[in-house]
Amino acid sequence: MRTLSFADAIEDAIAQSMSEDPNVIIMGEDVHLLRVNLFSRFGEKRVINTPVSESAFLGAGVTAAMAGLRPIVEIMLVDFIGVAMDGLLNHASKVEFFSGSDWKVPLVIRASCGGGYGDGGQHEQTLWGWLAHIPGLITVVPSDPADAGCLMLAAIQYDGPVVYLEHKLLADYWRDYLGSGGRDLDYDVPKNGHKGEVPDKWSPIPFGKAIVRRSGTDISIVTLGVSVHRAMEAAGLLKARGVSAEVLDLRTVSPLDSSAIVSSVSKTGRLLVIDEDYKQFGLSGEIAALVLENSIRFKFSRVCTETIIPYSHSLEKQAIPDTKRIVETALELLNK
Amino acid sequence: MNPVDLLNIYRQMYRSRVFEEHVVQIWNDGLITGEMHTGIGEEAINAVIVTQLVDGDALALDHRGTSPSIIRGLDPKKLLLEFMGHPQGLCSGMGGHMHIFSRSHLLASSGIVGSSGPAAAGFALAAKHLRPGKIAVSFFGEGAVNEGMMMESFNLASVFKLPVLFVCKDNDMAITTVSSEVTAGNLKERAEAFDIPAKELDGTDVEIIWQTTNEAIAKARAGEGPCFILIKCKHFYGHFLGDPLLRIVRKPLKELRKITPGLIKSITRFGGAPISDRVGSIKDVLSLITKTGKDRDSEVNDPLFLLRKKLDGEIKEIEVIEKDVNDEMVSIVEEVLKIYMESYQE
Repeated sequence: MRTLSFADAIEDAIAQSMSEDPNVIIMGEDVHLLRVNLFSRFGEKRVINTPVSESAFLGAGVTAAMAGLRPIVEIMLVDFIGVAMDGLLNHASKVEFFSGSDWKVPLVIRASCGGGYGDGGQHEQTLWGWLAHIPGLITVVPSDPADAGCLMLAAIQYDGPVVYLEHKLLADYWRDYLGSGGRDLDYDVPKNGHKGEVPDKWSPIPFGKAIVRRSGTDISIVTLGVSVHRAMEAAGLLKARGVSAEVLDLRTVSPLDSSAIVSSVSKTGRLLVIDEDYKQFGLSGEIAALVLENSIRFKFSRVCTETIIPYSHSLEKQAIPDTKRIVETALELLNK
Repeated sequence: MNPVDLLNIYRQMYRSRVFEEHVVQIWNDGLITGEMHTGIGEEAINAVIVTQLVDGDALALDHRGTSPSIIRGLDPKKLLLEFMGHPQGLCSGMGGHMHIFSRSHLLASSGIVGSSGPAAAGFALAAKHLRPGKIAVSFFGEGAVNEGMMMESFNLASVFKLPVLFVCKDNDMAITTVSSEVTAGNLKERAEAFDIPAKELDGTDVEIIWQTTNEAIAKARAGEGPCFILIKCKHFYGHFLGDPLLRIVRKPLKELRKITPGLIKSITRFGGAPISDRVGSIKDVLSLITKTGKDRDSEVNDPLFLLRKKLDGEIKEIEVIEKDVNDEMVSIVEEVLKIYMESYQE
């Protein structure tokens, strides 16, 4: 074992893939500087700086993947994927189906996501519910360095399109690049998320396997990304109130590990979903529906982002799920 | 052509510069969050074009909207409060510096590169229906011309004969990518291929910018369709405050120490590109740093300094303007900081 930051873990897993498979390439804006270590090791033929043309280079990534490469296409912030959505919505996700399962698209779309550093509603969204809504796409959201590297390796090795979302509070260079800009500023960075123990050599984690971060019997807190760490903190505070909370880290939104969710809720009878993505028509409602479909009687609540994220740092804090809201909602659900 | 009022242009450029220098200071103090992009270095373009706008004209801005907003007459106090995320800000602290909106000025901005193209086209379409003779100005950087939506907007504006002034501020850098390395052909000719009259100008030459844009705006008002103006400029604070390349230029020892160990590991590690390619990558990064160093603040690049020199004969008036503006901005900043501190004292 060794200790790596979240960002270094991703980069290390990509480097391992690139050294093992010459068909793995990276393409995106500013990658010569943002991925300077990969650029200086693998050269400009495989680490390709693009113009600001997301719809073209994401769309090109789809067919490059169909024709034999394994591209990692970087969309700097997931918010910018709106510009390139057609490549994902109507092409990457549908080629395998349309070709009668004959033709696969081994493409990774990597983007930063999430808020907590005062960048406003056009740069801090998570959007994984929106992306996971599309059949044919895998959507991955790691919460710590070990998962970040293993899931990146799995994404590169997978024979279909994978959207890989890295939260900016976890990845230090994003925090520095978009947030502090060299200033000495404090963000609410999850200690266990931004740095941690990782394997010496990366091996893939299968998609759709959630992990129990903390076992409990009274309430199931189902979550992902940075919210996993908020939920863990909340579970600690709930323990002091005599509540035994289970925390389930989904790791992938699509496929969703329904059996892990169902088995946890069958045990506790209470489901609390913490989702940094928008509340409406999203992951939290989907999770409630799939538990209902399994004919389980349970109580349900959710803590999500309910509005457009305000620019104001103090208002932003109220909009994005935090530990306090999780504890309060859990206690309400438990009638405490 | 209308005569240019150089003293007024100087006043507006100076207001923009002083306001944004205060913004830099407040950002440094940690009171402004997010990606703060200043227009310091491009004020001549903003002042010359924006001072020609009248009520009913629209302004579609990108992420670098502070300077045009100040010059358009938005309240600097409200803007600054907005940048600090205060409820008394221009947009109640909801939008921030990348999302400046003023309905009364028909001024809208966005942090999505290229989006000021369609935005200006739509404003111009509304002008054709509702406000004949009024125009829309689109500000964007040279990075944005590689977005499909910008090219689609050129086409739309051309075939619909929309009254749009497309203004591309070209500093040859799209964040940390050298634009000329990822942009094919010549941008002026690219616009001309859409049947849009195009001009290429030096962003420090106020009089040339005036002549060209005054004529283009008159034509747009007269219903003769869009125009494309490519104007070279520098951004002295880089892409945004805290620009990683500029940090390396300013504090090479401190910043290079952070990236060097990773680089050495990468170029010596087994597996990867041939050594010549690896050396090529390092050379590329070094040349990027050198280029950034060259683009820095200097008198030959500074439109404000150059205009001041040109107005040497009117130094008394200039000094009055500078004192006025300094007093205005200092009192605004003091008032804003007071409001801010009172709100957050607990």
